Formats: sequence, C-alpha cells, structure tokens
Amino acid sequence: MNTMNKITHHLSDQLLIGYSAGSLPEAFNLVVATHLSMCDECRAAAQSFDSIGGALLQAQPTENLGDAALAKTMALIAKGPKAAASKPVGSDVPDPLSAYIGGGLNDVKWRPIGLGVRQAVLKTSHAATARLLYIPSGAAVPDHGHRGTELTLVLQGAFRDETARFAAGDVEVADEELHHKPVAEIGHDCICLAATDAPLRFSAWIPRVAQSLFRL
Amino acid sequence: MGMNLDIVQETGASGRQLAYAAFNSNALDDQKANFPAVTQTIPKNIWVDHLKRIQTDQDQQAFAELFGYFAPRVKAFLMKSGASPGMAEDCTQEVMATLWHKAHLFDPSRASVSTWIFTIARNKNIDALRKQRRPEPEELTWGPEAEPEASDVLVMQQESDQLSQAMKALPGQQRELIEKAYFGDLSHGQIAAETGLPLGTIKSRLRLALTKLRQTMK
Repeated sequence: MNTMNKITHHLSDQLLIGYSAGSLPEAFNLVVATHLSMCDECRAAAQSFDSIGGALLQAQPTENLGDAALAKTMALIAKGPKAAASKPVGSDVPDPLSAYIGGGLNDVKWRPIGLGVRQAVLKTSHAATARLLYIPSGAAVPDHGHRGTELTLVLQGAFRDETARFAAGDVEVADEELHHKPVAEIGHDCICLAATDAPLRFSAWIPRVAQSLFRL
Repeated sequence: MGMNLDIVQETGASGRQLAYAAFNSNALDDQKANFPAVTQTIPKNIWVDHLKRIQTDQDQQAFAELFGYFAPRVKAFLMKSGASPGMAEDCTQEVMATLWHKAHLFDPSRASVSTWIFTIARNKNIDALRKQRRPEPEELTWGPEAEPEASDVLVMQQESDQLSQAMKALPGQQRELIEKAYFGDLSHGQIAAETGLPLGTIKSRLRLALTKLRQTMK
C-alpha cells in the first residue's frame, strides 16, 4: 500500500534507528512498520539503518559454535520452514496493521470514548499501548499532554492540531513538550493508529475518568 | 586476479584477512565452475552468489561456506544483545535455517548479505529474547518475471562495502555508541545523541531501488 498523496510528516531518525536496532516497544514497531508500508522515503531510511547493523555484524569478533552446529542446522532445514502467518487478503490497511486487527477497518471492534470519538486497543506487549482512533469529521480528541512519546499515524482523512495538518500516511511524533488537541478535518472522518509509551495527560477531569476506564 | 584484490579490499584490516581471502578464493574457484556467467556480471561480492546457489540449487557447499563465515558472527551479535551462550547457539542455528528457507526473498539490489542476515538475527532476538511479535512493513518483491539489474546489484554491494569501511574508520568512542544503540538496550530516547552515522549515499541508492521496484509492480 503506497498512498498517492504526498507524505510530509515522517518518522524521526531516532525512531528509525530504534526500529532497525530492535529496541522499540512492540506498539511503536507497529506504527513504524505501518508507516514504512506507506512511505518509501522512510523505508529507504530504515533500510540504510539496517545496513549499519549489517556492517556491525560483519565486523563482529567471532564466537565459536559447537562441533555439530552445521549438522543441527541442516536438520532444522530438513524440517522445512515454520508455517508463515496467513496473509490477510484485500485489506484496506497495510499488512502489518491488518495482522493486528485480524482484517480491515470494517473488522475493528470500536468502543466509544466520548464526544463521538471511538477507539480500539490492539494487543501488544505492555511497554507501550497501540490503539486505533476514530475521530468523526469536525470532532476533537480531548486536549492532552504526554509523559513519554506519542506516535499518531493517519490512515484515513486528516487532522489538525496546534502544530500542523496531518493527512493519510503522515505521522506525528509528540513528546513531553507538546500539549495538543487534534481535530478531524471537516468532510471526512479521520482514522489514526496511535501508540504511547506512557499514559496521556488530559487537562479536564472528565477525560481523566474516561482514561481510567478505557486505558487511554 | 582482480577478484582477489577486491576481496582483500572488502575485508579490510582485520586479523583474519589472510585466512578469509584464501577461503574466498577457493570458493570463487567452485563458483567459476558452476556459474561462469554470474561470475562475470557480479564479480564483487561472492556471498550474493552463495545465496543464489542456495536459492536455485539448494547448494549445501555454498551454505556451509556461508555458515562458516556468518554463524560465528551471528552468535557473537546475539550474545552481545543479551543471550546466554546456549541460547545464542540455538538461535544462530535457527537464523541460518531461516536464511536457507527465505533465500528466495533476498534482494541484492536492496541489501548486502550481511545486512539481510542482520535483520533475520535481529528479528530472532526480538522473538526469542524479548518475546515480542515483530511487525514488518509490507513485503515488496520483484514479480516472477522481473529481477534487479546486475548493475544495481553491483552498486548496492559496493555501497555496502564502503559503509563497512567507513564504520571501521570511525573514532572508537563513536563506534562504541553506535554498537550500544544496536546491541545494547538503549531506548529510542537515549539514541538521541547518535549522530554522524557514515551513511554516505546508501540511503539515496535505496530510495532509487524502491522507485524501480514500484515501477515494475504497477
């Protein structure tokens, strides 16, 4: 899936190195992999960071293997490849995300979180949370700040916040500095994939109650 | 003759250079016997041809040579990333078995063999040590008809060699930082200080390779 419109908000090198090194939490990896499926610019960058890993691997001092290592490996090969996860067909989201939803956007089990906004938490490791957000045309996600990092990737529609406009394929990397209120553009409902490595901080008390109920 | 020179250049100044060069020239003799055409078009990187031999002929000799060079490095990488020697040994065998099974997915216009093995080892590490799934971007592969051009393969392998050389030339402290980011457990926040990676032109080459690939996919 390569979106036709021009992507203007990309992943940071920091995140791409983390993805390449394998040190990001699973939820972040999901956002990165989904963005890379939509953005060749970042895919090329990610692959260049993989090349650094390749150069490091090649320069490693060696560790001897057991005498039978090659024979054991040939035995593993003879067993055949591990069954690959079946590829979801004809999904409206990139493959890595589709694997977590178990299909396309129609298969998402949305839950209302107030003001017309809906979300679905995706199952990942606990170090960070990934969720899909459905923001109806013109609606806003309550004003919030972040303790850690929040990645928001637009899948459909567009939103604006205090910093810029984000359309399909764009990713916003928000850190502790940013306190923002994303609003979906009029005309289309906006669907995003978001990941946070710390709970969001809402300004009003009502979203705080909702937060404890809905794991925002 | 030119080939041997290239290979010595490629391995750079390491204690194993001589043994490796000798090892490679033997491998090249085998390769000439089996694949004269390939040797002419891609003289530079013999590991690419090893993978091709595994892919097309299930060539166990080629696999054994590749194993001899890369498996001890994969094991070292896994141990640096926190695996016990026993676990690193088992995982290395699985990584090398995956290499055999996925040989048909290797695209030499987009990665060197060591880069490709690095990604397999990294994913194994995430799976076995960190017990996480690893979401990967959608796969982009040349269709059954198309294949990368030999010149693109050559350029990518040269870029990768240059990157390896540039990494070796880095000041020790900077190299340590990069190693820590890749093998240690630096969080992405801690990687912030990481600058000056010697990427050269490899990123724009990869961008170009993706554009070509997209064109054949349409």
